[in-house]
Amino acid sequence: MKLVLIKHKFTLAFLLVILVMAFVEPSYARSSLSISYDNLVTMMGVIPPIFLLIGLMDVWIPKETMIKYMGEHSGLTGLFFSFLLGSMAAGPLYAAFPIAALLLRKGARFAYVFFFLGTWTSAKLPLVLFEMTSLGVPFTLIHITSMMLMYLIGSFYLESLLKPHEKIAILDKIHAMSQ
Amino acid sequence: MTTTVLFYTVSILLTVLSYFKDRQKTMMALKKAYKAFTGLVPALIPMILFVGIMLTLVSPELIGKLLGDESGLTGIIVGAVLGSIVFMPSFVAFSLGENLLIGGAGYPQVAVFIATLMAVGISSLAIELKYFNKKTTILRNVFALFASLIFAGLIGGIL
Repeated sequence: MKLVLIKHKFTLAFLLVILVMAFVEPSYARSSLSISYDNLVTMMGVIPPIFLLIGLMDVWIPKETMIKYMGEHSGLTGLFFSFLLGSMAAGPLYAAFPIAALLLRKGARFAYVFFFLGTWTSAKLPLVLFEMTSLGVPFTLIHITSMMLMYLIGSFYLESLLKPHEKIAILDKIHAMSQ
Repeated sequence: MTTTVLFYTVSILLTVLSYFKDRQKTMMALKKAYKAFTGLVPALIPMILFVGIMLTLVSPELIGKLLGDESGLTGIIVGAVLGSIVFMPSFVAFSLGENLLIGGAGYPQVAVFIATLMAVGISSLAIELKYFNKKTTILRNVFALFASLIFAGLIGGIL
């Protein structure tokens, strides 16, 4: 019982905030719940199929294949595939982390995985047209090119800051999670 | 909506295909998917409630006021902070950005808000930490924040 409470302390805390709102300003509580519900619906639209795909990729893609295409010595091919994977995405940022973990676990290079995350957060091809119609073509083009250029440099820089033992610790952690 | 249908269709089709090719492997994939999903839910639910509360307290009208054309550097900082904390689906963010611009918000302010909304995830820190370590999580988010600010500067200079 105590363990359950600790495990869900944040959930309980936020529910408490909403409960307090319900007494002080009921419309706020209603709005909080309805926005949460909308996001929950969005989440359920993205997360289960993504995990299904991760599960399938996990059992079907051999480590050697991942190393060949996104590993330490995959060069431009690695960059290309991390861009491809990131830009095909349509999900929110939090959905990218389990995929990044799978890539790392299968032997992808850290820099490419960071680049994948960068692409995911700024150049989503399914949404490019939408961004163009909402915010304009110049805005969208500057957004994508400037962010991608910065992430290209940033990904390798971020990797260079990681010491070998830190990389191993991260890999151990994600290996343990998938057991 | 269409992406949801597409996502589900593709993943279910692939699962069926996988099942015909190798039953055992597919069962293992399903087991892994289920485990990963249930492992993440305790972190997803509080994040969603937090964003629900935040977006209630900070309404689009309020965001529009804070990011006004005259808001200058303050508006950029406010946009960066708000964008970093909350999240919303990208297509919602884009149309919100459009409405903010129509409502008189400045281009660089909206730019930094949209860019951080997509790239910086304070509300999803707990999830990022589950897979990466403190160092990568902090550095990635700080870097994304700086990149968003530079992007906003470019927008301010060009548009």
